[in-house]
Amino acid sequence: MADILSSGLISVVAAGTPLILAASGELVAEKSGVLNLGIEGMMLVGAISAFSVAHNTGNLPLAVLCALIAGMLMALIFGFLSLTMQANQTATGLALTIFGRGLSALVGAGYVGIAAPTLPSLNIPVLSDLPFIGRVVFSYDVLVYFAFILLGGVAIFLNRTRWGLIVRAVGDAQDAAHAIGYRVITIRYAATLFGGATAGLAGAYMSLSYSPLWAQDMTAGRGWVALALVVFAAWRPFWVLIGAWFFGALMYLSLYVQGIGIPIPSPFVAALPYLGTVVVLVLISRDRRRIRLHRPAMLGRSFRQTV
Amino acid sequence: MLSLIPRGGKSQFWEYASPVLALLLTAATTGVIFALMGRPPLVSVMTFLIDPLFATGGLAAIAIKSAPLILMGVGLSLAYTANVWNIGTEGQFTIGAICGGGAALYLPDGSAFLVYPVVLAAGIAGGAAWAGLVAWLKVDFNANEILTSLMFTYVAQYVLVYLVTGPWRDPDGFGFPQSAMFSDATSAPKLFEESTVHLGCLIAPLVAILLYFVKEKSVLGFRLRVLGQAPRAARFAGFSENRLVWIALLISGGLAGLAGVLEVTGTLGQLTTTISPGYGFTAIIVAFLARLNPLAVIPAGILLAISYLGGDAAQIELGLPNAVTGIFQGILMFYLLGCDVLIQYRIIWRRSPGKASA
Repeated sequence: MADILSSGLISVVAAGTPLILAASGELVAEKSGVLNLGIEGMMLVGAISAFSVAHNTGNLPLAVLCALIAGMLMALIFGFLSLTMQANQTATGLALTIFGRGLSALVGAGYVGIAAPTLPSLNIPVLSDLPFIGRVVFSYDVLVYFAFILLGGVAIFLNRTRWGLIVRAVGDAQDAAHAIGYRVITIRYAATLFGGATAGLAGAYMSLSYSPLWAQDMTAGRGWVALALVVFAAWRPFWVLIGAWFFGALMYLSLYVQGIGIPIPSPFVAALPYLGTVVVLVLISRDRRRIRLHRPAMLGRSFRQTV
Repeated sequence: MLSLIPRGGKSQFWEYASPVLALLLTAATTGVIFALMGRPPLVSVMTFLIDPLFATGGLAAIAIKSAPLILMGVGLSLAYTANVWNIGTEGQFTIGAICGGGAALYLPDGSAFLVYPVVLAAGIAGGAAWAGLVAWLKVDFNANEILTSLMFTYVAQYVLVYLVTGPWRDPDGFGFPQSAMFSDATSAPKLFEESTVHLGCLIAPLVAILLYFVKEKSVLGFRLRVLGQAPRAARFAGFSENRLVWIALLISGGLAGLAGVLEVTGTLGQLTTTISPGYGFTAIIVAFLARLNPLAVIPAGILLAISYLGGDAAQIELGLPNAVTGIFQGILMFYLLGCDVLIQYRIIWRRSPGKASA
């Protein structure tokens, strides 16, 4: 029983990790007023970057770093088009996802079905050997722990630091922020690049840890789920964590149900996480006042410096 | 740094020139990518964009591939005009194919004149219903249509997999995940003898022309445009925003469903687990390339159909993965968005921001 429970908890944490990573970055970007719908594309490019570097060099830290940079380069394209060139953010984000799918498929064409080196689990002396706790809390790879640190850092940054306040000001009242001398566009670039970096890391986690085997479109909509999580969390970091675990639990449930042979056709169970995302989104969004209260007021608006 | 200077109005020249410039820049960039992959750039771009036109059966193949892109692109051009971001046409296409395909499999055989319209209607109804779910969740529960329509795309794919690996699997199909072949009466009629060009290739441009008049000349089109450009004005004018959201989603979903049923009954002849190479997502680019003008969707759809065939040509003749298609499409969309800025702004380069008078 303890075995089933611990393997279940481990699966939930693992499935939640790429979502925590991607949603943390998107949260900061959205707080600054940037709605980047390209997470899925940035994740895919991050995933294939990490995979190909790991496969060709065997150097895992380098692979993770490359994924991070690749995600930032993707975000830079988004920033240039939507922030500098004033293009519609929704359309630019969609374009980024379409481009990322194509780019990752092209680069990955030679890697389909090949296994890459996997991120090792941290082996902490004593702690990792503890019964139950050792497995459930101290058995993951470095990106899992980093995801928690990142989310905590984002929470502190946004709510407890001066710079976090500036980011929020830019996202809630761009003209006022500009008027008192903050560089709206520069700050939004920074937030967007941060979002790209964490999406790249989420991709690296997918291809180096979660399912270390390259497959086209291997993120399977997780970038979009991360976007939904930010809405679900009403732009509050702690709730991102809850949402990620909830989604992770749905993923695990679908594997578990298939594993023990409950006679539900497997495609239905596989669809469960996506349906669950819709249900959660609906339950949260129906309270229009709450959404309006928490949503950054300038989300998706472009800003053109005139003076 | 780059600076944008407002023109004080729209440049008519750039409204037409920007897609052309975007296409040229895309072709050039694709050439650079080919060169990076060790292929001669000019020849490769020719192979990718021009060869499909002259290959045997090339025009027929272009017509067949452009039909679903045009149908879905037209629907999206209407929806996006109203700022309704349906990006789940891939899923509505799939459900349309399932409903139409199911009707084709289980309707009693009979005269094609009686049966086939029912098959088409089932496909349209399926796609519209799938998009209707999105409309319902948006109107009654305020749920973001971008996210819900995309989630339903994944669900639709799983429904398809369930059906063709389960109850609808062809008992004589050697266990392959596919349905039985559709009968003649339930297949899309061919337009010419001995040709693969089917009814859909005729319907698609007709629908585009029809919706051009709806969008540009009808009261409904006017209301959708007002909702998109000035939602507050639409509210003051007493237009029902909810009704317009419903209409935009039902039309784009219904057309996606129509595209789906035409694809499986006209081109594929049966249901399988992979019925679309991403037509639903490519249709988004079609709509943008056409600058949301239903008539312009026709050439835009043809161009992106060529990009699919170009990917195949690149694979066969240059030994490149056909994923080149996806890259081409993504870059095209980037350049489109970038070039569109020229319609409203002049771009100048200056040392530091804020010094020149804007």
